Amino acid sequence: MQPLTSRARAVERKPMTMWERMYLPAIAKGMSITFSHMFKKKPTVNYPEKTRPFSPVFRGLHVLNRDEQGRERCTACGLCAVACPAEAITMEGAERLPGEENLYREEKYAAKYEINMLRCIFCGLCEEACPKDAIYLSETFAPANYTRKGFIYGKEELLIPNPVTEPEEFAKAQGGRVKQ
Amino acid sequence: MADEKKLFKVTIDNITIEVEPGTSILQAARRIGGDVAPPAMCYYTKLKGSGGKCRTCLVEVAAGSTADPRPMPKLVASCRTNVMDGMVVKNITSEKVIDARNGVVEMLLINHPLDCPICDQAGECHLQDLSYEHGKEGTRYEFERRTFKKHDLGPYIQLHMTRCILCYRCVFTADQLTEKRVHGVLDRGDHSEIATYIEKSLENDFIGNIIDVCPVGALTDKTFRFKNRVWFLKPVDAHRNCNHPKCNGKATLWYRGDEVFRVTARKDQWGEVEDWICNECRFEKKKTSDWEIEGPTKVNRHSVISQGHYVGTVRPQEVVYDVMGGRAPKLLMDIHNVSEVNRPEIDLSKLERPAHSTDFSPHEER
Repeated sequence: MQPLTSRARAVERKPMTMWERMYLPAIAKGMSITFSHMFKKKPTVNYPEKTRPFSPVFRGLHVLNRDEQGRERCTACGLCAVACPAEAITMEGAERLPGEENLYREEKYAAKYEINMLRCIFCGLCEEACPKDAIYLSETFAPANYTRKGFIYGKEELLIPNPVTEPEEFAKAQGGRVKQ
Repeated sequence: MADEKKLFKVTIDNITIEVEPGTSILQAARRIGGDVAPPAMCYYTKLKGSGGKCRTCLVEVAAGSTADPRPMPKLVASCRTNVMDGMVVKNITSEKVIDARNGVVEMLLINHPLDCPICDQAGECHLQDLSYEHGKEGTRYEFERRTFKKHDLGPYIQLHMTRCILCYRCVFTADQLTEKRVHGVLDRGDHSEIATYIEKSLENDFIGNIIDVCPVGALTDKTFRFKNRVWFLKPVDAHRNCNHPKCNGKATLWYRGDEVFRVTARKDQWGEVEDWICNECRFEKKKTSDWEIEGPTKVNRHSVISQGHYVGTVRPQEVVYDVMGGRAPKLLMDIHNVSEVNRPEIDLSKLERPAHSTDFSPHEER
């Protein structure tokens, strides 16, 4: 039969020589490899004291973005929900009242916005679908939880801190990713 | 009488069809159907005098008739040009037509705010469809888009004049369906707008139909405003015994779960209303018990409205209760207990107006 790769080798079934039957040289060879690793650079880090940088395409927990004036960008257009292959996003839209212009960017906004993190597959299609730059996948993991209830994320969990009133939290929530 | 029934032979995009004299090119093309039918933004079959304004239905007439086979010098509006015997029409086979249509779409979009994420018409908007087919990605328009003073059209209808393309359909509807028209087009040229005099609200029994005839989101249902997106709703054909003598009560209900979010007239494949419905049916009958359900509306599978509609699903028979001796299974999580969305105590579909922040805060009395 034609081999699929050139790496196939026939198994040698010769009886072991005297030198091989002594085993000691093989042990010494193995131990030398083991001890040599002690002097090599460690590939692990002491998480959570130290963290590794995220890959630039990492897709983590969602954030609902605000604009420079701290107004919510989401207008409850439903494109993220329709793009979501896991049907994890639901929302309810409402009309902005006079006097709420500092809270919401457009005359329509999401009064309720929910992502079921148990359903979410972190594909990032919601981010791609959003016409208002409102939803982003951040560099955070969804933390573990004891109950399933804890994985239904509402607007309180998802909204980014206000850049006007809480600039430090906002900068922290933005993460290390450089905005172009 | 047999000799009087002479039919005109007309060739549209190399497809020959025989139509009665007096048929417009657009109607003949719609008889063929498919891509051959030119798009129409202002023409409406059921409204007398409509058409000829938007210029999206332009076609090229390569040969006028058998008697005079010269081509027409300019592109003609197919909704207002009648067929002649032996006429040869080019629609999508003509590059001139495609080019002109792209230009018309760009022209229509010059002053359009493109606020589709907010607009309630998105998903069933003819201008949206048209610009997806013919529109350009960018705009060459550098000036400020026109804006208007807000007009209040009463408790049922929301007017967004910035989205209007001045097709005049609503004016014809109000003229031909109701006894007294109180809205119309004011001013001229770039300043022309649909408005009412002295903020008069529209109070005719059939005025709600201007919502359905509007090809864009300029006139939308205020009782449905911002409540949901059309593609999350499931359209269902239904009818009721309407007391209004002119209304036959045939409508489409738009469901989300068990709630009726809005009622519209039934539309045919060209997006035109089949039967006008009265305001009572449209705005006040939003309970399933008011209607007799006929069945789901047939939606084109390429339409966004058909998304998430699982056709032919069968709910499996629940055997857990039998297996467990009548006891209910202990769920790890019942989403309805956890979720804040679609709460039964906050019934948005029953609100007469758009939802506000006050409707959602639990401590505030409604």
